[in-house]
Amino acid sequence: MGGIGKYAFTRLLLTIPMLFILLTLVFIILRVMPGNPCLSMLGGRNAPQSAIDRCIKQYDLNKPLYLQYFQYLGNIARGNFGTSIRTGRPVVKDVFDRFPATFELAIFSMLIAILIGMFTGIFASTHSDRLADHSLRIFNIVSFAMPIYWVGLMAQLIFAVKLGILPVGGRLEPITAAYFHPITKFYVLDSILQKNWGLLIEVLKHLFLPALTLGLVQSGFLGRISRSSMLEVLDKDYVTTARSKGLRERIVIYQHALKNALIPIVTISGLQFALLLGGAILTETTFSWPGLARYLLRSIDARDFFALQGTIVFFAIFISTVNLIVDVIYSLIDPRVKY
Amino acid sequence: MLAKWLVARIHVLSKQHLMIIGMIIVGSIILITVLAPFIAPYDPVNYQDGGRLEPPSLKHLLGTDQLGRDVLSRIIYGGSVPLKVAGIAALIALVTGMIIGLFSGYRGGITDRTFSLMMDAMYSFPGLILAIVIVATLGAGIFGMVFAISFVYIPTYFRVVRGQALQIREQEFVEAARAEGASGFRILLKHIAPNTVNSVMAVLSFNIADAILTEAGLSFLGFGLPPPAPDWGFDISNGQRFLLAGDWWLITFAGIAIIVLCLGFGMIGEGISDLINPKRRRKRA
Repeated sequence: MGGIGKYAFTRLLLTIPMLFILLTLVFIILRVMPGNPCLSMLGGRNAPQSAIDRCIKQYDLNKPLYLQYFQYLGNIARGNFGTSIRTGRPVVKDVFDRFPATFELAIFSMLIAILIGMFTGIFASTHSDRLADHSLRIFNIVSFAMPIYWVGLMAQLIFAVKLGILPVGGRLEPITAAYFHPITKFYVLDSILQKNWGLLIEVLKHLFLPALTLGLVQSGFLGRISRSSMLEVLDKDYVTTARSKGLRERIVIYQHALKNALIPIVTISGLQFALLLGGAILTETTFSWPGLARYLLRSIDARDFFALQGTIVFFAIFISTVNLIVDVIYSLIDPRVKY
Repeated sequence: MLAKWLVARIHVLSKQHLMIIGMIIVGSIILITVLAPFIAPYDPVNYQDGGRLEPPSLKHLLGTDQLGRDVLSRIIYGGSVPLKVAGIAALIALVTGMIIGLFSGYRGGITDRTFSLMMDAMYSFPGLILAIVIVATLGAGIFGMVFAISFVYIPTYFRVVRGQALQIREQEFVEAARAEGASGFRILLKHIAPNTVNSVMAVLSFNIADAILTEAGLSFLGFGLPPPAPDWGFDISNGQRFLLAGDWWLITFAGIAIIVLCLGFGMIGEGISDLINPKRRRKRA
């Protein structure tokens, strides 16, 4: 194990307190704040007192908070997230069933965001203070102001309802879904593994609008980061040197400048990836996407306490992991980071 | 010719005019919301006349919804909840975040590291999901939304204020105040806090835009006020049901209202950032 392994290990140690804080935060919100899980599970104040008492005893909610807290942490450490009242299955199973849908959506929208964001950012930086730059700046501000679900609904209205060229929602047509046996539950990957190209096209067609919606809204921020990071690099001496050597402008920009401007772009993309989950909730609702975010909302509607808690805990673990990975990638592409 | 003129216009626009336009937008929306009872052509809540799901016409400029309510009137009234919720929540987050940030940055050491770690963890978690869970626990409605949104945005202010406090406390005038025997509290209040105000104002403006989006998102998901109350986010989710029939006016205009209001706050934020940080305007030769 070289230096990078050691570095990753140090970062891992630093991830633990962060995860710990997030888990505590979840505990505080769900257990310490007014309202109690049993009341909400049994449907509010009209539930018979005996049922509430039984429930409180069953889930050890009568014990002191600190004991409940340790029990909660212990259960998470053992991967025991409780059982969902709504689906009757272990929450962990439910979560892992739905996570691939959310993850697939997140990956593709991130790709779209990076593509749009990076190229508009580079373009703006090479056309700094010209019309293109200002229009892109305005696009950036507008992209911050757009509600994701509204963009999604507009996309549905145009492409699905008016033009009729793309599906309104879901991951597959209902008929296909009935006969489809996923292996990994990442449908793009599944259809490639099964060499079913017709299916792949159907999957991509369903994926396109949600991913574009989520990606478009994220792209403004990435565009802005790319622009400022490129502007900084384009001022450097080695860019002037490359230009004076007579290299073509395209090579100067994409090989010399972009390589160095990439570091903040990659970092920000990684951090955005975690935040994407927030947008995914709204996108999944708009496009009836059967992912984790919709599971969370349904759990709230059904007052399914353990499903809610389990999903949030899973998000916390996922985000901490992504942050860790971003840190390690960062150290790999930036040789100045010592490990 | 035209292109040149446009470039010149937009160029000027990108300076301080951005802020002025933002202020005009925000000011007029607040005014419209306050004067809603006098401006709105119809009652926003009660069923008025025949004609359900009518497309925009001269009688109903933005059409009607499934209960025959005038969409324009609902939009005119609908800004009140987002403005109130986002405004109050942002101010609570500002005050709380600023107090913790000042304290943490000024004290430094282990206090600072603990607070920073906590705030970073909160910041890394998607705000909307955190807000949804809090509202779900507290119950939907204005109180729940204000609490959830202000809680979620505390780290935003904390990070800015703490960074500034760390810088300022090393400067000579703070040193001088300390040498004169000023107490820690006095130094924080009289010398450090005022110097963070500029950057906090820029953050506040962007943050209100963000909070409006979060409020609209919460009410879109059904965590806002109960139905007949007009609220842009809720109206969009209501219109979603009629999307497949092609009834575009129910969602389009409420969404534009949200965008315009957020854009206004965003422009003010851009303007303030340009003012306090001239480096942002740096031009390449």
